[in-house]
Amino acid sequence: MAEFSLPANSKISSAGKRYPAPAGAKNVKAFKIYRWNPDDGANPRYDTYELDIDDTGPMVLDALIKIKSEVDSTLTFRRSCREGICGSCSMNIDGTNTLACTQAICDIKGEVRITPLPHMEVVKDLVPDFKHFYAQYASIKPWLQTVTPAPSGEERVQSVEERAKLDGLYECILCACCSTSCPSYWWNSDKFLGPAILLQAYRWLADSRDEMTGERLDALEDPFRLYRCHTIMNCSNVCPKGLNPAKAIAEIKIMMVERAG
Amino acid sequence: MTVSILHRATGNAMAFGAVVLFLWWLIAAATGPEAYALFMTVATSWVGLVVGVGLTWVFFQHMMSGIRHLVMDTGQAFDLATSKTFATMTMVGSVLLTALTWAAIIFGKGI
Repeated sequence: MAEFSLPANSKISSAGKRYPAPAGAKNVKAFKIYRWNPDDGANPRYDTYELDIDDTGPMVLDALIKIKSEVDSTLTFRRSCREGICGSCSMNIDGTNTLACTQAICDIKGEVRITPLPHMEVVKDLVPDFKHFYAQYASIKPWLQTVTPAPSGEERVQSVEERAKLDGLYECILCACCSTSCPSYWWNSDKFLGPAILLQAYRWLADSRDEMTGERLDALEDPFRLYRCHTIMNCSNVCPKGLNPAKAIAEIKIMMVERAG
Repeated sequence: MTVSILHRATGNAMAFGAVVLFLWWLIAAATGPEAYALFMTVATSWVGLVVGVGLTWVFFQHMMSGIRHLVMDTGQAFDLATSKTFATMTMVGSVLLTALTWAAIIFGKGI
């Protein structure tokens, strides 16, 4: 159900700390970062870190790593590949869900405000809990399902055209930027699968080698799982990989109509 | 997102606001000349005019964004630039249609 205000223990307190820029810094940029520690019993707060941008890498992730290495080692966030392919460092930067590693600092005017992905439970600081998101991913059976025996001595082949149908789908890195920007997912994430998982569902529906299309559609034919999508388009606007989950969901809806005849 | 919010808001405005006014009109007509005269006084006052123009816009905005949804349900116009242009067009279209409708009412018949 829709919640429009934060529970009391999630309201942001004004007790944030400020870490001033090192002496002699010429090009100072402030990073206002959401902090919450499950162990200290305190409400979340914003800590502000001032960095010398001339002495920092170009991306927001570079700034976060610099803060953790040199200023405050308690700052907690996920990161891995630092080049937009692993999906670990998804967070809300300056009001938009994106990957910290591909978001240039210089593209943000003024203070850089960083919070965890919206409407996810927070584990600590910028780390959201993906347990439910991954369970939803598992629920769509994201692997090739077949009934016919595998061809002897060769792969299940695809034509160039059949393979091209997976373009714009296989690139998804499951960073959840889209799902956590979707109002339908905010209000109904317990039942609605959300854009990321539905794009993945369509990736298998669109695969010429998969033989469980009917069963996959049966599993999605539900007022919530699929049809909570109201084409709001936040998902496609926000995708850091430039994919179009809204379009993929529309394709699933079309498949539903077409098989109904 | 803006047009999606407008679609919901205008849908609710019609489902609740417009229905109440419509019922008032029906009940007034069924009750008798005095009740009907009261309805007409309010409906033709400046408040009535504002509500009338507002509901006309609400109707056209809901219709335009409804058409956008209909087109998108066929899998068209999902490209980001197209989708944004289309969204802007629903708002421009609803304002234009509202203006045309009321121009026709005011200049066509007098009010």
